[in-house]
Amino acid sequence: MSPMIFELNEGLAIAWRAIRANKIRAALTMLGIFIGITAVVLMSTAIKGIDNSFKNGISALGSDVLYVDKWSWFSNDEWWKMRNRRNIEMEDYRKFKELAKLPLAVAPVTNSRQTVKYDDKKVEGVFLTGSNADYVKTTNFTFDQGRFYSEIESNASRNVAVIGSEISAKLFPRGDALDKTIKIGGTNFKIVGVLAEQGSVVLGPFNPDNQVFIPIGTIFKNFISRHSQTVTLNVRAPNPNMVEETKAEAEGIMRKIRGLSYDQPNDFSINQQEGLQEQYDSFVGVIQIAGLFITGLSLFVGAIGIMNIMFVSVKERTKEIGLRKAIGAKRRTIMTQFLLESSVICLLGGLIGLIAALLLSLMLNQFFPTAIQYDVVIIAILISLLTGIVSGLAPAYTAAKMDPVDALRYE
Amino acid sequence: MNIINIDRIAKVYQVGSEEVHALRDVSLRIDKNEYVAIMGPSGSGKSTLMNMLGCLDTPTSGIYDFKGVSVSEMTDNELARIRNKEIGFVFQTFNLLARSDAVHNVELPLIYAGVASAERKERARQALIDVGLEDRMHHKPNELSGGQRQRVAIARALVSKPAIILADEPTGNLDSKTGEEIMALFHEIHEKGNTIILVTHEEYIAEHALRIVRLKDGLIEKDENVEKRFIPKVKASVS
Repeated sequence: MSPMIFELNEGLAIAWRAIRANKIRAALTMLGIFIGITAVVLMSTAIKGIDNSFKNGISALGSDVLYVDKWSWFSNDEWWKMRNRRNIEMEDYRKFKELAKLPLAVAPVTNSRQTVKYDDKKVEGVFLTGSNADYVKTTNFTFDQGRFYSEIESNASRNVAVIGSEISAKLFPRGDALDKTIKIGGTNFKIVGVLAEQGSVVLGPFNPDNQVFIPIGTIFKNFISRHSQTVTLNVRAPNPNMVEETKAEAEGIMRKIRGLSYDQPNDFSINQQEGLQEQYDSFVGVIQIAGLFITGLSLFVGAIGIMNIMFVSVKERTKEIGLRKAIGAKRRTIMTQFLLESSVICLLGGLIGLIAALLLSLMLNQFFPTAIQYDVVIIAILISLLTGIVSGLAPAYTAAKMDPVDALRYE
Repeated sequence: MNIINIDRIAKVYQVGSEEVHALRDVSLRIDKNEYVAIMGPSGSGKSTLMNMLGCLDTPTSGIYDFKGVSVSEMTDNELARIRNKEIGFVFQTFNLLARSDAVHNVELPLIYAGVASAERKERARQALIDVGLEDRMHHKPNELSGGQRQRVAIARALVSKPAIILADEPTGNLDSKTGEEIMALFHEIHEKGNTIILVTHEEYIAEHALRIVRLKDGLIEKDENVEKRFIPKVKASVS
């Protein structure tokens, strides 16, 4: 056995003995690291969970979809400037559809909020999306039962509806929604389709799982007047690589339809999921940094605690250190012994913290999306080890430097 | 065969702004299988001399040759090595590891010497048998009497087969009967060919040795052979 491995081995044995000899002290030391690591891991699994959830939701909406709207999703322009813009009307939609060559699908969309009832159950404030048969082509929706409403049903403004998975779960707990009649805002509608869970808790009421989809003609007939609010055009690019071209074409067509001259700015906005993604990324980025900083701080405090305890431990064992040196332990040996001790304590604390964090995130998953990331696990373990080494360094050095004569005399 | 050859060593300490001359001019020769007692009142420098002899400290000036090799200018690591292989310490306060059993305490020097586990344990057990503790191998210090603890310390001192045994007031924390048993053990060890250096302030204990070196104020006052030596009547291997 090479001398270094031998020393490491023996050092570990001695460190382990020392830990077992003073279990309470070791446990208290571990607590600092444990809390720090649990916090860090929990925070990152929560953030990753939200991230995943958001990305799921986004992908349900489609990364290759443009939203031509009166409003801009994010802009530096004052809101009132946009407020004064003309609404986009169904007529604009028809012209757009005729002129646009690139898009895979174009659908007009408008919204309302209504109460949806079945039997004795009801859901209030449901987000109602009115569109036509092409709408489904501008999304990545998947179906659990049935289908989207057809072109015929849409053109005839039939009272048909497609409901999201959460709505279905609330009104039809036995899962038998298809072909049933529900009341939307007092009007009867037949369910022709139920969406599968699209899975985006983060989008809240805009989550397709919480929405009901009906023909746009029907929404105008029953719930809102045709000209009271703007229609949004959902435009799907032929593929994600052609989003910019499709956007350029859409802009040109809209300007033409709206009769804008070359020196007039757009009186509409073309929104993209990408913008949402960017905003979200920077938002999450800030949260991540803040979160990591705070939890990093707690880890730091834990490390200081460990350094403190190691110093006390060294002082307490002054005579023992003197004895070991008298018997022939070199400085390096003493240093290794104490470094290993603090490292083992921290590593153990870190591992326990990791397990606790993983268990907690599994429990939290009931309320909150969490995702276990393996790189975080490895980083947590490395951080524990590093903390042990760094916080043990100064005390270990103090121990190694002790003069054996003085140490043996210590009372 | 000469083991220790000290020539005109001095040790000066800085205590604040004052200089303390712990040893002024000490010369001493100790050969193999000698049994020497070093005596002196407080402040005579006997502890300092013991630290020098034990390679725990280096002289400010003068030469210390250990088995023909100059020790006075060795590095900390080199001194540690010598202590590990050539010097067996026995302390007044035993200085055992409180949370380890007898075997682990005795094998400690062998761990630092890099000896493999199986061999160490075997040698440690044998050393404990040699001092009469074969029934106490896995006891911890708090489960042992004072005399038994000192025996463990002596076994530890012997386990690496050192050139000298250096004992600092070995009976200081023991009652007179137990003290006598320990002195009987030292007698046995000496008879087996070991070299023993005893530091004590008790005349009675010093007269178990064959030679007494008396220190005063950092100098050797007297260095003479013992005429009427005490030979312990008690059997050494009694618990």
